[in-house]
Amino acid sequence: MAIVLSFAIYGAALVFILGCAMRAWKYARMPVHLRWELYPVPHEEPELVGHGGSSFETLNWWNKPARFHLWGEVRFMVPEMVFLKGLWEFNRRLWLCSFPFHFGLYLLAAAAALLLVTPERWSWAYEATAVAGSALAIGGAAGLLIRRLATRELRIYTRPGDIFNLAFFIVTLCLLLAAWASQPSGTPGLRTILGSLLTFDSAVQVPPLLAAGLGLAALLAAYIPFTHMSHFIAKYFTYHSVRWDDSSVFRDPDLPRKIAQYLSYRPAWSAPHIGANGTKTWADVAAANPAREGKR
Amino acid sequence: MKQPDSLNEMSREERSPLAHLENEDLMPLPAPLDSPAKDHNWTALSEQTRERYECGLDDTCAVSVPKPKNRQEEDELVAKFLSGLDKLFTQENNWTFLQPLVLTMEHCAQCQTCSEACHIFEASGGNELYRPTYRSEILRRLYFKYVQGGGLLSAWQHGDIRLNWPLVARLIELSYRCNLCRRCAQTCPIGADNGLVAHELRKLFSQEMGIAAKELHDNGTMLQLKAGSSTGMNAEAVKDNIDFIDEDISEKTGIAVKTPWDVEGADVLLIHNAGEILAWPENPGAFALILDAAGISWTLSSELAAYDSVNYGLWYDDAQFARVAVKHAEAARKLKVKKIVLGECGHAHKALAVIADRVLTGELAIPRESSMTLLRDIVMSGRLTLNPSRNDFPVTLHDPCNLVRLMGVVEPQREIVRAICPRFREMEPHGVDNFCCGGGSGFAIMSGHNFQDWRFHVSGRKKLEQILNAFSDCLEPETPKYICAPCSNCKGQFRDMLAYYRLWDKHRILYGGLVELIVNAMTDVKPGFIEWEWH
Ligand code: SF4
Ligand code: SF4
Repeated sequence: MAIVLSFAIYGAALVFILGCAMRAWKYARMPVHLRWELYPVPHEEPELVGHGGSSFETLNWWNKPARFHLWGEVRFMVPEMVFLKGLWEFNRRLWLCSFPFHFGLYLLAAAAALLLVTPERWSWAYEATAVAGSALAIGGAAGLLIRRLATRELRIYTRPGDIFNLAFFIVTLCLLLAAWASQPSGTPGLRTILGSLLTFDSAVQVPPLLAAGLGLAALLAAYIPFTHMSHFIAKYFTYHSVRWDDSSVFRDPDLPRKIAQYLSYRPAWSAPHIGANGTKTWADVAAANPAREGKR
Repeated sequence: MKQPDSLNEMSREERSPLAHLENEDLMPLPAPLDSPAKDHNWTALSEQTRERYECGLDDTCAVSVPKPKNRQEEDELVAKFLSGLDKLFTQENNWTFLQPLVLTMEHCAQCQTCSEACHIFEASGGNELYRPTYRSEILRRLYFKYVQGGGLLSAWQHGDIRLNWPLVARLIELSYRCNLCRRCAQTCPIGADNGLVAHELRKLFSQEMGIAAKELHDNGTMLQLKAGSSTGMNAEAVKDNIDFIDEDISEKTGIAVKTPWDVEGADVLLIHNAGEILAWPENPGAFALILDAAGISWTLSSELAAYDSVNYGLWYDDAQFARVAVKHAEAARKLKVKKIVLGECGHAHKALAVIADRVLTGELAIPRESSMTLLRDIVMSGRLTLNPSRNDFPVTLHDPCNLVRLMGVVEPQREIVRAICPRFREMEPHGVDNFCCGGGSGFAIMSGHNFQDWRFHVSGRKKLEQILNAFSDCLEPETPKYICAPCSNCKGQFRDMLAYYRLWDKHRILYGGLVELIVNAMTDVKPGFIEWEWH
């Protein structure tokens, strides 16, 4: 049993990492799209960010060197990632469920890190973090589930998978919490058992509740990258590659080369005014004038 | 209020509308428009229209898609839709927006945070059909089912949808119930973008099926590429009109103005929305006067499309968009100007300065600048002698979405207005959090059937509320009031909406551009440049 769990934990971690990497790679290798930024863009000059201004507010902006203010992005990102600041501002009721859920997951991730890097005598820190994380995440997920089922505006858009996903979290974390709460005194603590599993110690006795919780947790971790719950990856791209991507051909020497490549793609759109015939490139299409060629 | 209860209603074969609004359903307005009973009645679509066109969505009809004659035609249209759907998700066909679109398709958490931000949804009284995610979720389900291969597991995880012609027909109309203002996207915790979804749907319909609002395609980009301007003016006509404007402005201000044409080597190529030349001639006239007075070396171009900054392709078709942008840049290259300056037109700003940035490379990479920035430099540098007391009337500033949220030009126009309008007051919210005027994405020029009723009752309602609130302390007709809207499309929406609600007649609320306020304050100019007359 223990050895199966050991493999499941490592296998799940591997699938999780590979799944996330594949998803990130899929988005990262897509072409640079047309500019579609939304202001404020926090890496702009600090005096512009406050009101959402851009370099377009500067006379002859293309003559000024572009300055990238990383600190501006960090100042935005940290409260957004840790405290879900956007949700706090725009949807406070949802934040009351979503924040504990996400923060609970962060604590669980922190607990996993503690497990790897702290000595045995620090088990209390590990357990406290894991228990607090589980409790918060369970509460948050339950709140999200209830909201989803009880609110008409959410129900219309809810798919069976959404219910399943939240229930998956709740059941898994409840099992783990129950396993922790029901440890008989005198038996090895959670920290010890997990440590043994990570070192493939097949002799360790894993209580059934804990085994079920760990098994489900492994499945859940392997499942996440293949669902929309991997939005922590998407969010990197929606912010850095879309909302905040204000790079310009006047300032990024790499862009013209990339665009030249895209303009050599051959579109296949069928409407007559596009004039795509399988041989024309985007550059040809852009240079054509259907209104003066008697089409459509 | 009639509204859909599920996404599958979009596929209902029976064509009666999914949504219907009464005045009582709408978001309440402040005084003097606070009585739904006294509000305009909606003009109903005629029986003939409903019989001839696909109008099964709601109370109006924006695109007028003819009804297919038989099932076979319907099936052919659905097949075309599917082939377009595939293309929308390939990089050869849609490198321009593939990444943000796929991110939006694959990562909506269905939290509905975006709904609160949408002025259309709010103004409709929360009608489900107008929720930003309603349209997106349909495309999302189609994406997972037909582009990603679907299957039972996918339907379980991503939801299912029945694809048939009624759904496609309704989706065509629904893609024209969004102003593409992207206020919703600003609030999305994930960064998903429902405005982009409407944009991409319009592209699919235009680029694959040849279906687009007539005002944007036939009378828009096609006319511009044929005659030179979506107004239909050719180069001779536009020069004649500008001559007339020069004469008129010289007489009115006492300062001789002569607009330069096709001056090679000028510093600035100014491109107006040509609608200004016909509808608000005082605007190009005021520009000419200011640029001359400030000693700017500038010119207009009489090249095809280069005297009209509009680029409706931005709203529905990447190919048409690129073609118009290339024409603008080619004219600038030919004249060897140092930069292009965009007149008071929001979407022209975003189209040429921002979106076309990654289309115009090499010789076509001519710098583009906002007139707001240039005007701020002129006004704040003291090159004009200005007397703010000439603008001693309440002024509020409308922020065109394309200028603020989508381009980051927020302060220059404010600095000017603060400097020259002593009774300036902001609308709330403003700047990057502004609300669309309701005419965005082409609506300001769309008025087929009863579309105007929808445009004023629904898409323009939030802006109407903002205007009434901004002037709530001075609504009496004795006080003339000015909405400064530095955008032709927004002005078109204001003109029509203020007239619809008789806010000029009864409360003396007028609208106009920014340059008119500047010239009105110039001490060298005869007083009274702004004429308090309806136009
Ligand atoms: S882009 Fe604007 S109009 Fe369209 S759904 Fe979003 S908020 Fe509403
Ligand atoms: S688009 Fe964003 S805000 Fe709207 S429902 Fe989806 S995740 Fe939530």
